Amino acid sequence: MNEYSNNQRIPAVEMRDITLRFPGVLANDHVNFTLHEGEIHALLGENGAGKSSLMNVLMGLYQPQEGTIRVFGKEVRFNSPKDAIAAGIGMVHQHFMLVPTMSVTENILIGLDKPKLALNLKHYDEEVRHLAEQFGIRIDPSAKVWQLSVGEQQRVEILKILYRGARILVMDEPTAVLAPQEADELIATLKGMASQGKSIIFISHKLNEVQEVADRLTILRRGKATAEGIGLEGITRERLASLMVGREVIFNMHKVDREPGEVVLQLEQVSAVNNKNLPALKNVDLCLRAGEILGIAGVAGNGQSELVEVVTGLRECEGTIWLDGKDIANKPPQVSIGGGLAHIPEDRIGVGSAPNLSITKNVIMKNFESEPISHRWQVNYTEAGRHAAELKQKYDILAPSVETQARKLSGGNLQKLILARELSSAPHLIVAMQPTRGLDVGAIEAVQQLLLDQRETGCAILLVSEDLDELMALSDRIAVMYEGEVVGVVDGKEADLNTLGLMMTGSMRGPGSCPPEPAAAGSQEREG
Amino acid sequence: MRLQIVKRSEDPPKWLPIATSLGAVVLAFVISGGILAAVGADPLQIYRYFFRSAFGSWGAFSDVMVKATPLILIGLGCALAFRMKLWNIGAEGQFYIGAFFSSMVVMVPLVDVNTTPPIVTIGLMMLLGIFGGALYGFIPGLLKAKFGINEIITTLMLNYVAVFWNNYWIFGKWSDAGFQMTPTFPRRVWLPRLADLAKQNPFFSGMTLHVGVIFGLIVAVVLWYIINKSRWGYKINLIGDNPKAARYAGIDIAKNIILVFMFSGALAGLAGMTEVSGVVHRLQERISTSYGFSGVIVAWLAKLDPFAVVLVSILFGALLVAGREIQPSGVSFLIQGTILFLVISSDVLMRYQIRLVNTKKASVEEAA
Repeated sequence: MNEYSNNQRIPAVEMRDITLRFPGVLANDHVNFTLHEGEIHALLGENGAGKSSLMNVLMGLYQPQEGTIRVFGKEVRFNSPKDAIAAGIGMVHQHFMLVPTMSVTENILIGLDKPKLALNLKHYDEEVRHLAEQFGIRIDPSAKVWQLSVGEQQRVEILKILYRGARILVMDEPTAVLAPQEADELIATLKGMASQGKSIIFISHKLNEVQEVADRLTILRRGKATAEGIGLEGITRERLASLMVGREVIFNMHKVDREPGEVVLQLEQVSAVNNKNLPALKNVDLCLRAGEILGIAGVAGNGQSELVEVVTGLRECEGTIWLDGKDIANKPPQVSIGGGLAHIPEDRIGVGSAPNLSITKNVIMKNFESEPISHRWQVNYTEAGRHAAELKQKYDILAPSVETQARKLSGGNLQKLILARELSSAPHLIVAMQPTRGLDVGAIEAVQQLLLDQRETGCAILLVSEDLDELMALSDRIAVMYEGEVVGVVDGKEADLNTLGLMMTGSMRGPGSCPPEPAAAGSQEREG
Repeated sequence: MRLQIVKRSEDPPKWLPIATSLGAVVLAFVISGGILAAVGADPLQIYRYFFRSAFGSWGAFSDVMVKATPLILIGLGCALAFRMKLWNIGAEGQFYIGAFFSSMVVMVPLVDVNTTPPIVTIGLMMLLGIFGGALYGFIPGLLKAKFGINEIITTLMLNYVAVFWNNYWIFGKWSDAGFQMTPTFPRRVWLPRLADLAKQNPFFSGMTLHVGVIFGLIVAVVLWYIINKSRWGYKINLIGDNPKAARYAGIDIAKNIILVFMFSGALAGLAGMTEVSGVVHRLQERISTSYGFSGVIVAWLAKLDPFAVVLVSILFGALLVAGREIQPSGVSFLIQGTILFLVISSDVLMRYQIRLVNTKKASVEEAA
């Protein structure tokens, strides 16, 4: 608690009875929201709960049908974000709006009237540096934006708002794009800003992060507030989760003990380069057996993406990759798909789906050439539609119809679509990268349970995740990657955060990467 | 009150693409009319004359369809390529190479034209025209698929190569007594025309419409089937929407780039053949009045729909015929250009809507 937060002064923002309707949707239903000066107020809720709508009302992008907004006690009516900025409110969106070829300072000055003519950038560099120092933000004002990491770019967005004199900052899921260390630094920065009197709205659906950063919180569910500005003392994660999703959420998944079977996937001395032609994988040995989940832990960018791409046939490599005894290294994806590999890609929109095509056309992506969906040279769209409707029902994909375009699905529903497609092919091996990232609590639970169900049916699962809790909850073994190497494999039951953390940062090596038994013998047998 | 351009939160209504295309055509006539009026002409009179010379008689309409035939074939080829986001603007070149290959049958000659049954000769000309166009589409397709070379550049430049290749033959080896054209082909290898029926029924006398238009209509149906029903069409749509997803789903993108380019080229090549065998009856300079480029506009204006391609081609055929009748003949190009400009800019209405905002009450009204 700091000097500002427990005051009885006029609130920075006071939204009363905000009601916002779209055709057929009640986005906000008489929502009250009060932000005190100098506090960090978390806005929590599942995807589609109305968080963004509420903030877009505050920013002047939408005009509510009912309700009033007061900013520092004065009633306001914003017609555009310009009005909101003038009143001292700024928002950092999930997708940054920066010009990559320009410097930090230039990006901050874009859209402002000054400098009028000659650009004396040195002077403005100084101003920006000073402003950054005031809030403990590390940034080089003269650096070009394309040289900056995602975390640094976010700092530029924050500075942009501060430079415009904002006293109220809205952060839209700011940690979703950040590495854990960057997230920690951001949270420290936000706390520092709050102690200097800035008021911050922190949109999130990550419970632990909210507990760490927020002074108070408001929870939305289906457009209604289920908690209005409550304090965080003595409130459990389970309670928060149930306020968000409206029912109890099981955090400990039900996982059956089961002996792993035959080796399904084996990597031998696999090396590969990344897009910049630098070594990304260095002599990786791994093996994965039926009915087993092998977790891959590591700080983002330590070769996990390349590992997945190499296994799924999307990237060239050296070495051998055995899938059920067949070498699939450097074979196109159709070979591994035919061999029973299902791939849940990290990038759902960019890789896992065709956004403008219907749900039907998205679910048949991998089986449109086999009966009964294929009929000689044709696609039998009646059959495909039936198949899609079945999956929609079974996997609980929420959409008006199977003709709905994939891009209109929420993150959770899109992921369910991808899972439905991948799991319905009865795979032997599932390669899943970040399958729950960006999903809300309810969807995470569903996705994790689906993976565990597959494990029980004897499927081998390679699970890459940056969420260590998830890895420890689901994996039978966890392999840790650091700079393209597997630095150790630990048993899922014995794994603890501390050991994993040390291994992830390269300060410790674990035991060998592949248990000696049937693995080697098995693959050689099938080789002949 | 002020105008505000807002991103659409929902899909544009189904009628909107059709409405904007029609609107673009109408508006193009209005704008062109304004320009004509500004230089002192009477636009209404010109348009009346335009209409009469294109649709005033069956003979005129036959001329329109003759012009529409290559546009239909080329427009369909472009529509397929554009669906995969392959910007084939090389139809002009593929057209010329198709014309060249089909001319080979007579000029080399590959068969004895006087003794071979016409149906065999004409069939061979069609096959070679298709083959030549496909071959000429294969080159940019291969370059794009294997080396990622931008197809806009390669197809555009290959157009010039094709024109000069044809010139080499008609100026030299195949020249008719030093003129820049081959001798007229024997009547036996001409595509049948309506005028051929004039002996039985004088109604058809002078009508130059040839059977090529039927090829165009058949191809439109086939293409509709490919796009909407076939596995290949599904792949094309998938690659067009998200090539990364297609690769992830195990579709061989390189192979399909080449195939689509060859298909697109083949149709342009067939158009070249019908023009040589059905209209000009020889290979000569300027057998195309920019059909290859107009085909791009046709495909775009038709929103890549095969049946719409046929309709738009007829409209453009009418513009070409009418343009021939009045001086300066540039008027129809003026209208064509304006239509394309408006169609492309109207695309913004698919993604944005224009609202009228009352600044005082902040109430929002939809205007478009």
